[in-house]
Amino acid sequence: MALITDFLVQGGQMLLILLLAPLLTGWVRTLKAQLLRRRGPSLLQPYRDLLKLLRKEVVLAESASWLFRVAPYLIFAAIWVAAALVPTFASGLMFNWTADLIAIVALLGTARFFLALAGLDVGTSFGGIGSSREMMIASLAEPAMLMMVFTLSLLAGATELTTVARFMLAADVGLRVSLALALLALLIVAIAENARIPVDNPATHLELTMVHEAMVLEYSGRHLALIELAASLKLLLYISLIGCIFAPWGMATAGAGLPAYFIGVAAYLGKLALGGFLLALFETSIAKMRVFRVDQFLGVALMLGLLGALLLFVSRSL
Amino acid sequence: MALLTVGIYAIATARHASCSRRVYSVALAISGVALILVLTHLLTASAPATLTLPLSLPWLGAHFRLDALSAFFLIVVNLGGAVASLFALGYGQHERAPERVLPFFPAFLAGMNLVLLADDAFTFLFAWEFMSLTSWALVMAHHQESANARAGYLYLVMACFGTLTLLLAFGMMAGPNGGYDFAAIRAGEMTPGLAAVVLILALLGAGSKAGLVPLHVWLPLAHPAAPSHVSALMSGVMTKVAVYGFIRIVFDLLGEPMAWWWGGLVLALGGITAVLGVLYALMQHDLKRLLAYHTVENIGIIFIGLGLALAFQANHMYASAALALTAALFHILNHSLFKSLLFLGTGAVLTATGERDMERLGGLIHPMPWTALAFLMGAAAISALPPLNGFVSEWLTFQAILLTPELPQWLLKFLAPAVGALLALSAALAAACFVKAFGITFLGRPRSPAATQAQETDRYSLVAMFTLAALCLLAGILPGLVVDSLAPVVGLLNGGAQLATQHTQPWLTLAPIVDAKSAYNGLLVLLFMALSGTAAALLIHRFASSASRRGPAWDCGFPDASPATQYTAGSFAQPIRRVFGSIVFQARERVTMPPPGDGRPARLEVQLRDPVWDYGYAPITMAVIAASTRANHLQYLTIRRYLSLVFGALVVLLLGMALWR
Amino acid sequence: MHGLEFDIAHFLAGSMVVISLLLLYQDRLYALINVFAGHSLTLALAVGWQAYIQEAHHLYVTAGIALVFKAIFIPVALHRIIRKLGIHRTLEVVGGVGRDMLAGAALVALAILVMLPVTAGADALAREDLAFALAVVLLGLLLMISRHNAVSLVIGFMSLENGLVLAAAGARGMPLAVEISVAFSVLIALIVIGIFLFRIRERFDSVDMQAMDAFRGERRR
Repeated sequence: MALITDFLVQGGQMLLILLLAPLLTGWVRTLKAQLLRRRGPSLLQPYRDLLKLLRKEVVLAESASWLFRVAPYLIFAAIWVAAALVPTFASGLMFNWTADLIAIVALLGTARFFLALAGLDVGTSFGGIGSSREMMIASLAEPAMLMMVFTLSLLAGATELTTVARFMLAADVGLRVSLALALLALLIVAIAENARIPVDNPATHLELTMVHEAMVLEYSGRHLALIELAASLKLLLYISLIGCIFAPWGMATAGAGLPAYFIGVAAYLGKLALGGFLLALFETSIAKMRVFRVDQFLGVALMLGLLGALLLFVSRSL
Repeated sequence: MALLTVGIYAIATARHASCSRRVYSVALAISGVALILVLTHLLTASAPATLTLPLSLPWLGAHFRLDALSAFFLIVVNLGGAVASLFALGYGQHERAPERVLPFFPAFLAGMNLVLLADDAFTFLFAWEFMSLTSWALVMAHHQESANARAGYLYLVMACFGTLTLLLAFGMMAGPNGGYDFAAIRAGEMTPGLAAVVLILALLGAGSKAGLVPLHVWLPLAHPAAPSHVSALMSGVMTKVAVYGFIRIVFDLLGEPMAWWWGGLVLALGGITAVLGVLYALMQHDLKRLLAYHTVENIGIIFIGLGLALAFQANHMYASAALALTAALFHILNHSLFKSLLFLGTGAVLTATGERDMERLGGLIHPMPWTALAFLMGAAAISALPPLNGFVSEWLTFQAILLTPELPQWLLKFLAPAVGALLALSAALAAACFVKAFGITFLGRPRSPAATQAQETDRYSLVAMFTLAALCLLAGILPGLVVDSLAPVVGLLNGGAQLATQHTQPWLTLAPIVDAKSAYNGLLVLLFMALSGTAAALLIHRFASSASRRGPAWDCGFPDASPATQYTAGSFAQPIRRVFGSIVFQARERVTMPPPGDGRPARLEVQLRDPVWDYGYAPITMAVIAASTRANHLQYLTIRRYLSLVFGALVVLLLGMALWR
Repeated sequence: MHGLEFDIAHFLAGSMVVISLLLLYQDRLYALINVFAGHSLTLALAVGWQAYIQEAHHLYVTAGIALVFKAIFIPVALHRIIRKLGIHRTLEVVGGVGRDMLAGAALVALAILVMLPVTAGADALAREDLAFALAVVLLGLLLMISRHNAVSLVIGFMSLENGLVLAAAGARGMPLAVEISVAFSVLIALIVIGIFLFRIRERFDSVDMQAMDAFRGERRR
């Protein structure tokens, strides 16, 4: 019986994040519009967009191959699995130990690999721009992320997210500058990976400013719906990750009973709303960087990660 | 027992051009049998088998020994040999000069097997030289092209250098008593200074064959010059034999590492090699050279694991050393699998189109879908993407790096996160490199007539490639089984300490230390991904639309019919070249734009300088040439001068003897 | 002395190192001066906190001086100078920002590697302050040598002095007289540099150091 409830809770979490992801995107978009003194679309607009796209016919370029058709499913599957493994409202769910933080980062890498290949598939120059710039950004964002994981594992003694969340919740970690550095590094990497201003503009189709949009330029119909959903899931994943590691208050432990779960869900929704608000605020207050300033930006994240690890060594040996 | 099979290889050097199929089938059969025998030996963890033959030096004899370490590497070698022979059954039909390749191929396999079985220094070095010479002959098989001749010359020079350093290393280990067999060396005592010198010599010797920076310069020239199945063997397998040499000398014969800086040195070298290798690879547009430089990167990753193991062992942290060793050995297995797969795929492309240059390929996924699928799996595996095997060994290496804060030495404590950052950087750059390699070669539109006229390869090649791809997938989703079979090898090298048995973990998870600390389950990840992907596909096709039609590409409304407008290999690598290459390679771009109305084309020149060549080899070469020009005078002396030289040498030697007493 | 006091001191000193690294990242002059103001503000907070936990009241004066002069007065003055001289507001970096940041991280590691074993007998908070202060000094020096612009030279020098003040505050017992003299010498140096900047600008129409090399007859190319 316990096995079945565990299974149900885990399945419930997977469905919850799938349903919440477009809402989060709509929330961020509406907030950005309102910060710019516009009315903005309704919060449920992304759902309507997805449904519309799902029902449309797909137009495939003549030079597209089977990889082009299979890639959206692969990308969606990889990102959904990764997002499902991040603790959201409860830690220690049934399959949380399937992948630790490094594996989650690598799953996102899988999605990115196939997205970049799909960009190159049709053989246009726009796809090439997107893929090559995306791989450059990834080549700096992944090491920065892994340095942050290193710092975190030095502090919490594990890379398993459940253990990290419980450590942050229970132990009196104190006000540590290494944690602040790790948080900064994670924020910078999150902005880069989710194709947000100042790294990339998610709402543009100008050649000079496209990275993510350029790779998916040739997609249409249900394929495009899946890729958009995957992108929303990725944003949800990063905000959940920040919440799980740096603000784990309110998270239930597995098997704690229904009221604890409700509190966990409420806390989680609050964190998502706050994260979306801060993201919208940040995006409207800063301009997009030129492409070759992005590597310096990400280099800062890498340095912060390294510095966090170094400072931890210092305070450990005192 | 193993020796008999090796002997049969030597006999099987057929000299007739038409026997290609027969030779390769025999090689395949022998490799397969050897593989099965060795596999059973390793898995049943039986005691080492030894054999002594009165073959070589009279007072020495030839000792052979099969223990867990040799068994593991024999598996790697024979698996690679078997698959390469299978591939060559189909590929060998297109060989232009079969009599230059056929006799040396089985000899090359024999040489590699002999190195792994050798139990005394003389047999080891003899087999090492034999392996080098046969592979040199294979590199020179198409010697009409001057690039291949130059590659062969450089290879010979580096191989001689490697053997020289190994000879010195063995000499120093054997000591003044001349006990050359490994059992005597293991029992002997050594001072820390002597052991340090032996370590450096072994690093130079084995590293030059494996491809550590800065001794890697021959690798990207020689590996591509050989026929494709031989390149697969050289890159995937021969470099591992070199790593075996290093492991045998340093971990087995030298015993406990005596100083902590040994690990730090190997670790730093491994990190630098990894990043430089992948940066070089990104700048290439020849498929085979790209793969060869990538081998350099993976050797760097293996040496990172070995360096960590040395550092842990020097501080008596045997459990952590077990993890680091397991990571290195797993990566050795993985690399031989996917590198061979990639080289075989390149061979298939080469026979289908006659081109190795990515800038003239493209769109090959349409005429060659199966080759493309196999190459894609190899590319995904080498980019360390879950759920395939490359990710597992990188994950294990990272977990080993995460254990380094326990080390007491400050320099090691700071070096380890830096090397961790380098490892992460090389992994991310490797993914970029293979998006480029697969994307430009197989995707997009064909960039030359050769690419449009390609055809799918033959059955044997496809079966060979898919065997390797299937093994990559299996090693990725069942890593616990592989780790368990590596346990006897790790125990041998680590003084008995091993990782906990993995196949008893729930759902076949890999949890090297403690479940709560870090765990990874490849099988579940694959299952989840497959389930969610197919569920999404089924649901969408059932409830939403499943219609699709073909049309011209959208391209923002400006489609261009010419395939020259799509991205090339050079343009794909341009952002990374600008970010990293300007520091490492002093990459400079220059655009010459003729004035309007002028009929000349605009030119983009990219200039890269190889720092290792400029600061390492070029000065050495010039010094050698200067010294030999000076020494040339010795050829023109009179008879009186020659006699006085002899007299002077005699006097100096006598003086030396007198003073030394 | 672990606990909230140690944590906050650790946090403030570490933030100073981070802001020094951020100084290396800037490529616009106004942003550089603003980040330097933040640097001095953090210094004021750190010294103030040290004053609180050491109960050394003269350190409050030091913190006040840092706040008023370095976080408010000097940045405003520099802003005025730049606007008056019309100095070109983009900083050219010798070698690239990426290389500077790598060198910066290596310098922090070096400072820690040197300082921690040397101060092995001392109290934990003092050791840490000294290690971080040395890091800030080295980063200030790096800033001075890696920019072509004279204003960034001034900022680098000021951030170096901030590091020295941090070191003095961490090691107990820095008398107020020393601090006043140090602060005044810095002020004098600033006035002198400001005057020189005006004169240089009048004579040569720019404050770019590379251009000035040509006038000295020592141009490399």
